[in-house]
Amino acid sequence: MGSKKKTPGINGTSSADIAFMLLIFFLITTSMDTDRGLARRLPQPVPKDHKAEDTDIKKRNLLVVLINSSNQILCGNEFVELSQLKDKVKDFIDNPNNDENKPEKIAVDVPFFGTRMVTKNHVISLQNDRGTEYQAYINVQNELAAAYNELRDDISRRQFGKVFIDLSEEEQAAVQEVYPQRISEAEPKNYGGVN
Amino acid sequence: MAGKFNKAGKKEMPELNTSSLPDLVFAFLFFIMMVTTMREVSLKVIFRAPQATELQKLEKKSLVTFIYVGQPIQELRGQMGSETRIQLNDAFAEVHEIQDYIAQEKSSMKEEDQPFMTVSIKADRETKMGVITDIKQALREAWALKISYSAGLRGT
Repeated sequence: MGSKKKTPGINGTSSADIAFMLLIFFLITTSMDTDRGLARRLPQPVPKDHKAEDTDIKKRNLLVVLINSSNQILCGNEFVELSQLKDKVKDFIDNPNNDENKPEKIAVDVPFFGTRMVTKNHVISLQNDRGTEYQAYINVQNELAAAYNELRDDISRRQFGKVFIDLSEEEQAAVQEVYPQRISEAEPKNYGGVN
Repeated sequence: MAGKFNKAGKKEMPELNTSSLPDLVFAFLFFIMMVTTMREVSLKVIFRAPQATELQKLEKKSLVTFIYVGQPIQELRGQMGSETRIQLNDAFAEVHEIQDYIAQEKSSMKEEDQPFMTVSIKADRETKMGVITDIKQALREAWALKISYSAGLRGT
């Protein structure tokens, strides 16, 4: 029969147009922005019938950072500017001079580091008013994170010659053990001021 | 000598071969599809991200649930007023609805992924902390403990 007849090729000139249309569709409906943020872990919920018992924390181990409704920062017992907060927090976490009023140091066996004095029990308690602005809160969270990051980078550089994020997983875990991040976001309280 | 600059008379300009153009465009298309994510919701609140420097990237997009907080956009001011509102998916919601929403999102995930669920709080920088605190309490009750305060990189 007509078996010799060639099947006609499909005209492919328009497939470029089709591909362009798809491309433009995807360009419009998708967004490229990667979401970044400050990662935190919330404490577990307190059972309803359970009376909130104050966990016993020695006073020297506790640093209260309070933000009031006009976005002022109270660190320990004094007002501080945002730019001073990081150094204060670093000093608190590290306690380089073994200050009596700063967190106690406990000897801990850490891989890579051997036995080290670590302020294992320190707690930074972050408290805020209901009227605090979100940006002010993020600023403080950011400074706290920066304090930990700088301390960790510092010791990583001394021990391994690299910054913290470039370390292997075990090394990171060891550094985290030396400077454990202990930020407690307190149960909400209303400290007065407008809602 | 002069012939070098003479027009070649009869010779025609060869046409550009475009048969590989679709392939090029498709390659580009796939690239775009890989690096972007579908915009799932249309924003109904004004959201200007707060600024920070110590940011971490959110890793797996499929494990992230978003909560938007801010004032309603201009077109919706008439119905909603200008109070700070919470947006879950495509609708405004109240604080007590968050728990159900989280439970629903959680159940739509694979079981082995559920512990890694992260909630990203995208709140406007001028929001009052009262609302955020309420949301945080609701998230605690819903056992969604991994959160991320969404923020933009502050220019130094």
